Amino acid sequence: MTTATTVAPPIQPSRWKLIAGYLRRNKSLAIGLGIIAFLVLFTVHGFLTVDTARAYPLKAKPKQPPGVLDLATPDWPGKLPMGSDFFGRDMHAAMVQGMWQTALIGVLAGAAGTIVGVVLGFTSAYFGGVFDMIIKGICQILTPIPVFMIQIIIAASLDKRDVTIFTMAAIVVMLAWMGPTLVIRSQVLSMKERQFVSVAKLSGVGNGGIIFGEILPNLLPFIAAAFVSQVFNGVFSSFYLAIVGLGPLREPLLGNIIWAAQSQGAFFNGWWWWPIWPATAMVLILSALALINMGLDELANPRVRRTE
Amino acid sequence: MSTVLQIRDLQVSYYTDLGRATALNKVNLELKAGEKLGLVGESGSGKSTMALAMMRMIKPPGRIEDGSVVVGDVDLMQLSDEQMRLARLSRIAYIPQGAMNSLNPVMRIGAQMVDAIAAHETGMTKAEMVERSMQSLESVDLKRSVFTMYPHELSGGMKQRVCIAIGILLKPQVIIADEPTSALDVVTQRQVMETIDRVQKEIGTAVILIGHDMGLMAQFVDKVAVMYAGRLTEVSTVRDMFTNPMHPYAQALISSLPNLSNKGVFQGIAGLAPSLLRIPSGCAFHPRCPKAMDVCSAEIPAVKAYEGERLVACHLYTEGA
Amino acid sequence: MANLLEFRNVTKTYTRGYFSEAGTTALADFSMVLRDDDPTILTVAGESGSGKTTLAMLLLGFIDPTKGEILYKGKNIKNLRGEERMTFRREVQAVFQDPFAVFNPFYTVDHLLTVPIEKFKLAKSKAEARNKMDEALSSVGLRPEDILGRFPHQLSGGQRQRINVARALLLKPKVLVADEPVSKVDASLRANILESLRGLHRDHGVSIVYITHDLTTAYHVANSIVVLYKGGVMEAGGIDNVIQKPQHPYTQLLIDSIPWPDLDRRWGNDGIVVKESDISEKANTGCRFAPRCPYAKEACAVLPPLFQINPQQAASCVLHDTHPVLPPEDLTRVLPV
Repeated sequence: MTTATTVAPPIQPSRWKLIAGYLRRNKSLAIGLGIIAFLVLFTVHGFLTVDTARAYPLKAKPKQPPGVLDLATPDWPGKLPMGSDFFGRDMHAAMVQGMWQTALIGVLAGAAGTIVGVVLGFTSAYFGGVFDMIIKGICQILTPIPVFMIQIIIAASLDKRDVTIFTMAAIVVMLAWMGPTLVIRSQVLSMKERQFVSVAKLSGVGNGGIIFGEILPNLLPFIAAAFVSQVFNGVFSSFYLAIVGLGPLREPLLGNIIWAAQSQGAFFNGWWWWPIWPATAMVLILSALALINMGLDELANPRVRRTE
Repeated sequence: MSTVLQIRDLQVSYYTDLGRATALNKVNLELKAGEKLGLVGESGSGKSTMALAMMRMIKPPGRIEDGSVVVGDVDLMQLSDEQMRLARLSRIAYIPQGAMNSLNPVMRIGAQMVDAIAAHETGMTKAEMVERSMQSLESVDLKRSVFTMYPHELSGGMKQRVCIAIGILLKPQVIIADEPTSALDVVTQRQVMETIDRVQKEIGTAVILIGHDMGLMAQFVDKVAVMYAGRLTEVSTVRDMFTNPMHPYAQALISSLPNLSNKGVFQGIAGLAPSLLRIPSGCAFHPRCPKAMDVCSAEIPAVKAYEGERLVACHLYTEGA
Repeated sequence: MANLLEFRNVTKTYTRGYFSEAGTTALADFSMVLRDDDPTILTVAGESGSGKTTLAMLLLGFIDPTKGEILYKGKNIKNLRGEERMTFRREVQAVFQDPFAVFNPFYTVDHLLTVPIEKFKLAKSKAEARNKMDEALSSVGLRPEDILGRFPHQLSGGQRQRINVARALLLKPKVLVADEPVSKVDASLRANILESLRGLHRDHGVSIVYITHDLTTAYHVANSIVVLYKGGVMEAGGIDNVIQKPQHPYTQLLIDSIPWPDLDRRWGNDGIVVKESDISEKANTGCRFAPRCPYAKEACAVLPPLFQINPQQAASCVLHDTHPVLPPEDLTRVLPV
């Protein structure tokens, strides 16, 4: 046969260089990840240095402005770098605990929504038929429903003692799973017609192998993007539900703190630090998630990708 | 006949994560009015880059580093962005590969054609633009009723002819057709090529046909230019190219063509085309050349003119070979 | 005399919607036989819409016929289960047109070769698998160390298509469906790939169904040819007969429109004029080619059967109605091996 004289292929730059180069171009992703990294460090540092029990009422001297005040009085131990609120929560501890809980709700709701989306999206797209028609129909009927109102009704009708982080996550997921389902479904529909799926069938791969081995890996960017937007949705929904007072009131959830601050007229009373910390934190979290979402969007859709 | 296109020292590179790829390396080319030139080369030889460079449609990470492209009496490289925009379609037109996919699916054909004319300062009234579009459609053998149709109502060959019709709307001096028939079957291909031939004679434009099908070249062009790894290796009349190619690469291409008389004989070209990131030193073809000499790996052969209006870049023909 | 793959009066129609009767016939009453002991290279030629892609999908078992049966070793392929189905899968393979689309962009190109080795148990150990892959790659002129471990976008189109052919070599099927395997490959590489396919047939007894619209490559590769137009067989026979002395006006048009790289054989030499066909497709019960045929007569309003013109050629055209009729089931009779 013909001899293959090849020229040496160009040297591949290392994986780290490629990632760094990509992050330099995709600023949204870089900044979003940076903020999240900062918040994670803050929380971890907090768990290591502060006793989170102080996030609950009457654990610190109330209404103290931030400052490294040494309250070496026998009743109130320790320093308060972020001040304390009306009820005697150490704000620093409250922020740390609140951040963690917000993250928990976001990730729980996000994961649940994404898993439901992936399972339903895949099966309805791949197997088609009546099942597909039903799922598609349900999604399309539920999507235009005003989510906020339904969530308020559900949350308000629960007994106050039943409202926990987990019930909040459940309320959020209930009306959020349709989005990922439809997105994943349409991606799988187009991907199952691709020729590498035909070739896999010719190579003896069965349905399961095709779904998990061939199609799923290619959808990872979409699934990641769906996950991030579900997390955003989870965090945001729990936030606005808590702000109107429908959250688990004892927990130092960021929305709860703001609601409490508002109901006690914090700004008018000069306790400016009370709502500022949770508000800043919330802005940072949501912006970071939104930026990551935009960045992932670009990653998943190469046509949007900007080149150097 | 006057020279209608002059390309001098065109240099285009792509700056990628893996290094610098020289897609066009000091390419020089000339075309006279009404002449048809075929530009052949393997994929990765730089022929599509040439078309894009002439239209100044090279996007980052590609960059036109040097050279001039003179159409008529205007150097396209010296024009401002706005002037270049006006020059496209009016001086130099481009029919891309898979042009049927470049038609806007939600606009009627006629609207797209009038749009193209209106984007240039022609001073025509709306009625005149419509009439010009209809005439254009007729010259490509389509009925006037196509003006009000949507792209999806037409077959692949018809869409390709619409793209040709758009290309001739403003009677440009040069038309670049980049593999206009690669997606079409053999009968439609013939129809489309005969259409290009006919409109070319009507308007007297020069045509550059880019492709890798030597058979199409034999049917259509006057001159053939062969590119390899971003450089021009040979330019000859079509008869000379098929009967007596001079450059070893052109010779290999011609002898690998299947035809009715040598059934069952397959002759490929040994080796692989080089990546544009790592072009061999000296003559880019020397690793695969059956007639390579010592000088070939050291010096890049310059393009020299020979009798019969032929240009060849090969050390075999220079003094001392 | 085992019949390996058999098409019996296979028709495939696509209907619009669930309720309408009218539809397009992608393939009409097509029959053919591929034999185990007499491997052949058959070309199925036609333009887009001729039914050649439908034929490929039917051969590979990806779609079911509307009428008629497709049999594999005597059994309807719809009824194959388990072991038999796996055997069918292994023995009927394909090489597709687009060298890039067959690769899953998530994996390296190794994936294309390792998956079938694993699924069809072609090797007992990793080392043996690696050996087989190396061998297959070398025989198409590729160096394994340059290819394995790379991603599809890092290789050229020609390399990718050669890997596809290497896959076919690795699997050593009994039937290989090659759907336009060289149309997206540079002219200089076509020779190499076609030679590999011919080698498969010659050295390993593989029957190849070569689907194309490019008659020049078909002429060099195949032994017999079937020309399709809008789902019907226009002409069939030995490749030399049909290409050098085409009897059906459509075949004549195809041959004449080939851009021969020969300055003395230009288009329009043989006097067939390309007629512009109507955009609207009215339901046509007669000869499918009649609207575009320069020789169309009134008799063409009735669908002509295949007339056998000589032992290795048949055409479906009223111009040859003096010859004996060839029933569709016997199409294989005029196709030499």
